Amino acid sequence: MTARTLYRRLVDSHTVAVLDEQNVLLFCDLHLMNEYTSPQAFAGLHERGLEVPVPGQNMAVVSHIIPTAAVTPRVIGDPASALQARTLEANCARHGISLFDANDPLQGIEHVVAPEHGMVRPGMVVICGDSHTTTHGALGALGFGIGTTELEHVLATQTLAYPVARDMRIGIDGALPEGTTVKDLILMVLGTIGAEGARGYVVEFTGPAIAALSVESRLTLCNMTLEAGARGALIAPDQTTIGYVLERAPDITGDTRDLALAHWATLRSDADAQFDVEHRFEAGSVVPHVSWGTSPDQVMPINGRVPRPDQQDDEATRQATRRALGYTRLSPGAPIEGIPVQHVFIGSCTNARIEDLRAASDVVRGRTVARGVRAMVVPGSGAVRRQAEAEGLDRLFTDAGFEWRKPGCSMCLAMNDDVVGAGERCASTTNRNFEGRQGRGSVTHLMSPPMAAAAAITGTISDVRRLQRRPTLTPGSQS
Amino acid sequence: MTETAVIEGRAAALAIDNLDTDQIMPKQFLRGIDKSGLDKGLLYDLRFDENGRPKPDCVLNRPDYADVSILISGSNFGCGSSREHAVWGLLEFGIRAVVASSFAEIFYSNAVNNRLMLVTLPQDKIARALADAADPNRNHVSIDVATLRFRSASVDAPFALSARHRRMFLEGLDVIGMTLTYRQQIGAFAERHWSEQPWLRDVAARTYQRLHSP
Repeated sequence: MTARTLYRRLVDSHTVAVLDEQNVLLFCDLHLMNEYTSPQAFAGLHERGLEVPVPGQNMAVVSHIIPTAAVTPRVIGDPASALQARTLEANCARHGISLFDANDPLQGIEHVVAPEHGMVRPGMVVICGDSHTTTHGALGALGFGIGTTELEHVLATQTLAYPVARDMRIGIDGALPEGTTVKDLILMVLGTIGAEGARGYVVEFTGPAIAALSVESRLTLCNMTLEAGARGALIAPDQTTIGYVLERAPDITGDTRDLALAHWATLRSDADAQFDVEHRFEAGSVVPHVSWGTSPDQVMPINGRVPRPDQQDDEATRQATRRALGYTRLSPGAPIEGIPVQHVFIGSCTNARIEDLRAASDVVRGRTVARGVRAMVVPGSGAVRRQAEAEGLDRLFTDAGFEWRKPGCSMCLAMNDDVVGAGERCASTTNRNFEGRQGRGSVTHLMSPPMAAAAAITGTISDVRRLQRRPTLTPGSQS
Repeated sequence: MTETAVIEGRAAALAIDNLDTDQIMPKQFLRGIDKSGLDKGLLYDLRFDENGRPKPDCVLNRPDYADVSILISGSNFGCGSSREHAVWGLLEFGIRAVVASSFAEIFYSNAVNNRLMLVTLPQDKIARALADAADPNRNHVSIDVATLRFRSASVDAPFALSARHRRMFLEGLDVIGMTLTYRQQIGAFAERHWSEQPWLRDVAARTYQRLHSP
């Protein structure tokens, strides 16, 4: 048998039928839904008079439109958004689909809720009407986003007509230095390979720096790989993965556990498997990164200077840089450090898990939010929020002047009332700095949770390494 | 077949790389439960100022481009969010084809599923097509889906389209209906899959019940 990548293994093990030389009929183990990309799919299903054949493989959350004000019960004031939530509730009730509704204590963002309760397991195919479904590759599951027509297809058949992608491997050597996170690593990777650097590929991350990552950091990495255009991001399951999943999946015990462990051990690329493209990066060279432009690949080290269009090589890059700087109102050649921000947002499917909040709280502890800055923490789920409260992080953040809010997608895409005003600047732990993403005319600077915390304290884009109290233990550190 | 095989009309140039779906269909237009009214939201911040007045410098607001049906754009068109509203909005606005040097993958699938024609051309040809589209006297474009040929005033080029996607465009294939003919195979696959990996069966429902049992 020819050598196979992990990705091909996952595709092969879910292929119901080969449709043609590019497409297979792919079985989907877990379908996650939200309120805004699903209503038209259910409507289509009902027009056809179809039922959902296997509702137990489907789950829904109210995530994108929900206000995050810390009130109980939670109320969706906007009538159109409230109708979306009611429609999701009615659709789930009609078809027997599990729903984490607005007032469920475990409600949250789909990509936070599903893994944290052991719903995502190695070797699965996980799909959702949301591009950041690549997140679940962190657990060795093939996750990817789909549109609403495909969503209807999954509801009706539990399968997708799926064009098979190409294989890319990104090896990460070394170890991340103190003061940096996996967010800095993926921003650096995006800056190098570009916003379509992985378009058409499923990326497998390998190497010692990946092996050393916690599952939550891996979720951040695979989430953000979508911003390179990837059709999936994978990390082969190891002891870290298995420990995380078994702790959250009490149904996997006894003989089933043995069977599962034996199966999961096969979920890796063969040593001689061929990848269409390979990249290598050195984690030891990572420094804190921030975005300066309007595409997630327009990023720079915190100690760098805003690019000068006139010094760039090709006309397309010059034009893109000019357009982006015109929107973000930064001066070519200026340092990025010290740029004032009016908002700080710690949240989103990228960076709203408990480890993210702990990392931000380490920077905030004993300090206060700078005057003129509105800083908020929006936990990724009810479970994250409760855990943080058990650790006293809510008090730590509110004592410092942060708002401690209820879970949801919130200011990442500003579909609810958490909006950055025109002309205002936000230090944000999210995944996209597109024009108008957080509000018309708003400017987003993507960064890690500790970097966002540092911006809240200083009121400007700052190098968190200056605020960290622990002595740096990394030999040869420049800072 | 011949009626839909050729898309002809006026093209407009949007010379922007990475034109993301947040820009194509902003958040405030995503609150519906149907597909209606999305033409109003299309490229809203490019077309309208902060007070909702049309921007006269936007090509899509110019009287001589009122009947535009084809967009020419840069690389990675449709990147970002999976929102199919972007494709519905383009169609409702009257756009029948987008021509670019590359398309984001989820957007591509969404377009194919709605018979919005996407034409990928090399960058040098895109540059010339953009220049043609920018001149209202030279911006007639034809896209022949049967022979896979793109023509503008200064470009005459073949383009690639998979046999499956060509059929989906020309014949309006009912993909869900086609997959439903595999019902028995899907059922048999699922039983085998779950007997090998019993921890996957009803994983969403069983997890939910565990979390919500009193």
